[in-house]
Amino acid sequence: MRRYRIGMYEGCISCLRCARECSFGAITVDKDRKLSFHHDRCTDCQRCVSFCPTGTVYITEDANRFRHNGLFGEDDIREIILQADTGGVLLSSMGAPGSRVPIYFDRMLLNASQVTNPSIDPLREPMETAVYLGRRPEGIRRDADGDIVDNLPPHLELDVPIMFSAMSYGAMSLNVHKALAKAAESLGTCWNTGEGGLHEGLYPYRRNTIVQVASGRFGVHATYLETAAAIEIKIGQGAKPGIGGHLTGRKIVGDVSKTRMVPPGLDAISSAPHHDIYSIEDLAQLVMSIKEATHHAKPVIVKVAAVHNIAPIASGIARSGADIISIDGYRGGTGAAPRRIRDNVGIPIELAIAVVDQRLREERIRDRVSVIASGGIRNSSDVVKAIALGADAVSIGTAALCALGCHICASCHTGRCAWGLATQDAELAGRLDPEKGAQRLVNLVNAWTREIREFMGGMGIDSIEALRGNRLALRGVGLNTKELEILGIGHAGE
Amino acid sequence: MKKEGEVRISSGCAISGIFRRDGKRISGEAIRRSIAVMHDRSNGLGGGFAAYGIYPQYKDHFALHIFYDSQSAREETERFLECRFDIINLSKIPVRRTAAITDAPLIWRYFITPLPHMLQDSQLDEKEYTSRAMIGINGSIDGAYVVSCGKDMGVFKAVGYPEDVADFYRIEEYEGYSWTAHGRYPTNTPGWWAGAHPFSLLDLSVVHNGEISSYDANRRTVEMYGYTCSLLTDTEVITYMLDYLTRRQGLSLAECAEVVASPFWTTIAAMEDEQERRRLSYLRRMFSSFLITGPFSILVGFRGGMMALNDRLKLRGLVAAQKGDTFYFSSEEAAIRVVEKDPDRIWAPQGGQAVIVRLNEEAGA
Repeated sequence: MRRYRIGMYEGCISCLRCARECSFGAITVDKDRKLSFHHDRCTDCQRCVSFCPTGTVYITEDANRFRHNGLFGEDDIREIILQADTGGVLLSSMGAPGSRVPIYFDRMLLNASQVTNPSIDPLREPMETAVYLGRRPEGIRRDADGDIVDNLPPHLELDVPIMFSAMSYGAMSLNVHKALAKAAESLGTCWNTGEGGLHEGLYPYRRNTIVQVASGRFGVHATYLETAAAIEIKIGQGAKPGIGGHLTGRKIVGDVSKTRMVPPGLDAISSAPHHDIYSIEDLAQLVMSIKEATHHAKPVIVKVAAVHNIAPIASGIARSGADIISIDGYRGGTGAAPRRIRDNVGIPIELAIAVVDQRLREERIRDRVSVIASGGIRNSSDVVKAIALGADAVSIGTAALCALGCHICASCHTGRCAWGLATQDAELAGRLDPEKGAQRLVNLVNAWTREIREFMGGMGIDSIEALRGNRLALRGVGLNTKELEILGIGHAGE
Repeated sequence: MKKEGEVRISSGCAISGIFRRDGKRISGEAIRRSIAVMHDRSNGLGGGFAAYGIYPQYKDHFALHIFYDSQSAREETERFLECRFDIINLSKIPVRRTAAITDAPLIWRYFITPLPHMLQDSQLDEKEYTSRAMIGINGSIDGAYVVSCGKDMGVFKAVGYPEDVADFYRIEEYEGYSWTAHGRYPTNTPGWWAGAHPFSLLDLSVVHNGEISSYDANRRTVEMYGYTCSLLTDTEVITYMLDYLTRRQGLSLAECAEVVASPFWTTIAAMEDEQERRRLSYLRRMFSSFLITGPFSILVGFRGGMMALNDRLKLRGLVAAQKGDTFYFSSEEAAIRVVEKDPDRIWAPQGGQAVIVRLNEEAGA
């Protein structure tokens, strides 16, 4: 069904670049070297527009629209027709779009110093953004001489409070992993393998790599666990809480097959639950097994989707021996998810962080464990707000992909990503230069960090840990009393 | 208009402190003169003093200074105390009625000691037992407010300029080896007696000048460990942080200073002594929720000593001086010169560098 329309201004020089760039077959060249548009195939990925040398090609929403109905919207009708055609589950990718569910980040405003205390100029004074993620024991220990003994378990050290989210090799091209790994190393932060294993070529980046252990256990072996700064047990993700994953056999080719330890062409199915985790005590055993396997030298992260009872879940995880809890919110992205699940299951990350941070404090264990927030973080102010609500650090997936070219056309599940990101097609994957991609990621995170320093300086806060859970830094706008209560913040003007 | 405790109110201030290392007890007259010089740093909405060594005859008992809004609050509090403590002595704190100080609450003083069987049943040590009871009074008895509860020490505070508060409490009649004073410049408060400073818990008392930007992060941390912040002031939260770190975690005050005003990571990384580098890195990572940012200068009174500490950027003035066995600390040098024209040395402690003075061993506490 036609959704977008490819158009041309005057001035086309018939270079045919747009047709070469289009990976969805929406622009083709016919026999007499004329461009031919197949509007129904266009995903609005903007690849042709970005590469048109004369700025001639453009994409618009198709002017045709269905008869307006207050209840059944255009998408509703389209989806019904599609399902009636195919009998299938609707697939989608990236995070839940739109503001039908409130974007709380946009309803919170930050504070700044005026008169009674000074703002701090980040150009003149140190402005610390380093964070240490991991457990902290309940108390200090001293030796016989009275000197303090270092009884801290291993910590994940980050120069910036921004990491890259888990995106698997298989869903992503190897070049994406290369770019993420290089950028993480250069930034002093971490990237995350996702559940598809770690390509051997990336072993040198072990100090900046978080390896994931998910229900499919793809690519998990002793060396994999050793080649990491931290190990993440993935229970769920924000885009599809309660749902497993399915990487089509079409993407299980060559090194993907080898890295995942899945025969070529075979679908890689991640079951919804881990088959050895049916309760919290099972999780505790897996956490401990992984720690034993890695000689207690690395922090273990447990990643869960933000669901209704996220607060007690997080508390259970904190008590399971995990060092870090990673919470992925309603808007978290994905390479493929059932659309109904993506758009209707889970809760926004802002609310999840607020209730988890509060609950862990009520149980007096907030200092025992670290919290990572993800799922729809778009810019530096979202980062600052997430930390002020109570996160130690955040991770970004979609924003990182946008730095690499993604325009959120949400067609990852097709495997035809024109930007060479969510694809295993060699020609398409070659479109991303890992070096240039890494530089763009570094630029992005550096830019955000500069902005975070400005926010902090404006509030007179010169170290990021003093921002964590500092909810006086936030005020809500246009939120009701219940929402303010859950977020633990006052209303603007209060 | 909401009063203090219902809303967070920021304030600028003046602080001053005098400490006799030899333990010689001096009259409150000197600290009164010192803080009075900085009259313009206050606005008449709060002043107060903390004194150590003032109750030698009762030095083994907890000395309570309590404000009551009504006789019924007093009766309820005394019933509460009688169930838990042996009350050795009780009396009104003598005051001088002056035109400058109005709306005084009932101000009482008690010397108490925990009932032995109650203490034993609680499975707590004497200090924890007492501090919980005092936090209980502040939180649950309407119209009663425990101003101080340490041993051989007391806090005297009121709404007014500090020199007027001194006259009101007849501060010149007390003799102590350690004195701190506070003059307050809150930005928007109707003025509340309990909201004046010093703030105190057990033997700790804190006077503070500044407005910390880490306030809510720090508040939520100490509340997690069982403290209830009822005043919502910086001084209250700093006092609880120091109490937690010293009494519950067993840190020394010098280590506390390294936690709350920790060196920057770059400073730690540049240290040549590896052991020191590891120690400071450990303290920072272990107690990251206890870092205080934004401007502060504090004087911490404790039994047998005093600590002066600035925020790590030194965003507030703090001057120290020494003359023989006497140490002086103040927001402004003038407040020291007025009581000691010719100090042996006078200096501005660096940001984050604690100055800790203690009684000589022979002086005892």
